[in-house]
Amino acid sequence: MNRGIILSAVKNNQPGFSSLPAIENFIQPFTDAVEKYKTILQAIGGNVFEVANCHEAIDIIKDQFKNEKRLVTVDDAFIAVAELYQSGKDAHLLQDVDVAIINAHFGVAENGSLWITEDLVKERVLPFICQHLVVIIHKGNIVPTMHDAYEIIADSDYGFGVFIAGPSKTADIEQSLVLGAHGPKTMTVFIINA
Amino acid sequence: MSDQTKHTTPLQGMGVDHATLSEVFNKDEARVNWHDETLWWIRQKRDKAANTLPEWEQLRETASQIKLNVLSNLSEYLIQFEAKAKANGVIIHWAADAKEHNNIIKDILSKHGVTQIVKSKSMLTEECHLNEYLKEQGIEVIDTDLGERIVQLADEAPSHIVLPCIHWKKEEIGELFHKHLGTPEGNADPQLLTLAARLHLREKFLTRKIAITGVHFAVAETGEFVVCTNEGNADMGAHLADVHIACMGIEKIIPERKHLSVFLRLLARSATGQPVTTYSSHFKKPRQAQELHIVLVDNGRSTQLGREDFRNSLKCIRCGACFNTCPVYRRSGGHSYHTAIAGPIGSILAPNLDMKAYADLPFASTLCGSCSNVCPVKIDIHQQLYKWRQVLVQQGHAPASKKIAMKGMATVLSNPLLYKMAGKTGRWFIKNVSFTVNNKLNPWYKQRDMPEVPKQSFSEWYKKNRKPPSPEGE
Repeated sequence: MNRGIILSAVKNNQPGFSSLPAIENFIQPFTDAVEKYKTILQAIGGNVFEVANCHEAIDIIKDQFKNEKRLVTVDDAFIAVAELYQSGKDAHLLQDVDVAIINAHFGVAENGSLWITEDLVKERVLPFICQHLVVIIHKGNIVPTMHDAYEIIADSDYGFGVFIAGPSKTADIEQSLVLGAHGPKTMTVFIINA
Repeated sequence: MSDQTKHTTPLQGMGVDHATLSEVFNKDEARVNWHDETLWWIRQKRDKAANTLPEWEQLRETASQIKLNVLSNLSEYLIQFEAKAKANGVIIHWAADAKEHNNIIKDILSKHGVTQIVKSKSMLTEECHLNEYLKEQGIEVIDTDLGERIVQLADEAPSHIVLPCIHWKKEEIGELFHKHLGTPEGNADPQLLTLAARLHLREKFLTRKIAITGVHFAVAETGEFVVCTNEGNADMGAHLADVHIACMGIEKIIPERKHLSVFLRLLARSATGQPVTTYSSHFKKPRQAQELHIVLVDNGRSTQLGREDFRNSLKCIRCGACFNTCPVYRRSGGHSYHTAIAGPIGSILAPNLDMKAYADLPFASTLCGSCSNVCPVKIDIHQQLYKWRQVLVQQGHAPASKKIAMKGMATVLSNPLLYKMAGKTGRWFIKNVSFTVNNKLNPWYKQRDMPEVPKQSFSEWYKKNRKPPSPEGE
């Protein structure tokens, strides 16, 4: 059986035990994580708005995406502007979604990413298959680094989780940056001040 | 395919060595300069990103130590990973070599009666030549990373692990897409070409029932694995397919989830200078009604683990930083390495698999050490290149001309009288009949000329010019 052969070959050939290093939580040169988050997100092609509440966000969404046909959300705070997506349907039915509005657990200042798990999107493909992605996050939920991020994630359970940092992109053609490779062409983040 | 848009030389895969293949690449000097400058620009972006983090060196050291722990306890971590993944509902397979890996994939496809699949970037499947194997079995594989799709349409292999079509000009891609995807003739706008690929591949994502992805990191503690892309192609494939097969080398294990923080901070900054890839996807359990498979592949890795001088090569996280900084890679192109993983890291991985076939690669280096300096997990790449040279010569795999030259050199250097004579003769030859050494048979002279020869050696000069010692001493 392969398993046994591979494992015993590995065991016989691995070097003497070497212990794990401690991971420090490195202090960052920036103090304002929200400002840093905004700067980085914009640098990687994302749009960002600071708003007081969901209503303000809805007004901006209405304006920004007035030409888009199918807006989908999994959060009933946004049913004024988008259809509420119910899970349990075929993921392929999401192929014509123009705008998806979802929540994120938290953001990471150093790289502009947001942590999103399956339960927040109902269908894993939703934040990838939409043409435009809108994500809502609370101002208090932005941490400086990835070390902070994994401290929050800790041993939480999920089927699928993803850090998303900006719209999908490619530079495979002569290193020219193009937004909108296979996933969303734009990403808009609303930071709620409340 | 016209000659202009085909970069793989007919010599590739014919047992021709790096030097010969580089010569083909070097015929077009303007293109070589362009290739060189593009990669150096990416290297500079990496520097800029690294310099934003005061703790960069500490991060590299931490990453290197975590990987050392992994190597020292890999058998236990593999057992732990397997148990956790199984508990998560994942089906685990073990493959001793490339052939077994390919058979496992084929069996899964057959079981589901599937003959068309999508695949996101996986250097392991390149290493195993999965595409060629499946093609022979009548199965169509669509590579979904844009760069990989480009080289696939052109019937080429990727020339770089992160930037698969870095050797392609946009005009050539325009021509290729015009032919295969019907884009307007003569249009080389990256925006338009990318959109065409987006539409072309979206149809594949929506219709294929099985998706293959690679794995960047697999966490022993939780049984989850992480895949990083900028395009979102791994996710589009995996989340729309009924079956997701993830292929990984056994060295991709890391101990705990929190260790991902260290590696994700290093990976994209080292690769392209981005603070992180657009998507860092953590796959833990299959989607409802979906099948999730992981294929754990050895294919020479356990052997490399047993080679004390070379085992650190297994720490590699496939960022490609050593490619971008390497003066030889930049000016010889990925295809001249005639192996799935090119560049400095590929040159220390390949001889482990086949010393005879890849004996030339450790010599395709200036040993300048830049690769080791940028490596995010601090692999001593240039030292391993040097050590491979010694192993290859000892095992009788050195190129014949090198063997004769080295033997001659050893005789001369170990005999003072011969050494003196050789110096004198050499100077005379270069001065008086330079064509006898500066000719086509001596590759050293290809891009070089010798400086003017001194009339005498240092010891001759010293004998003539030294003053007699003063009687009192000074």
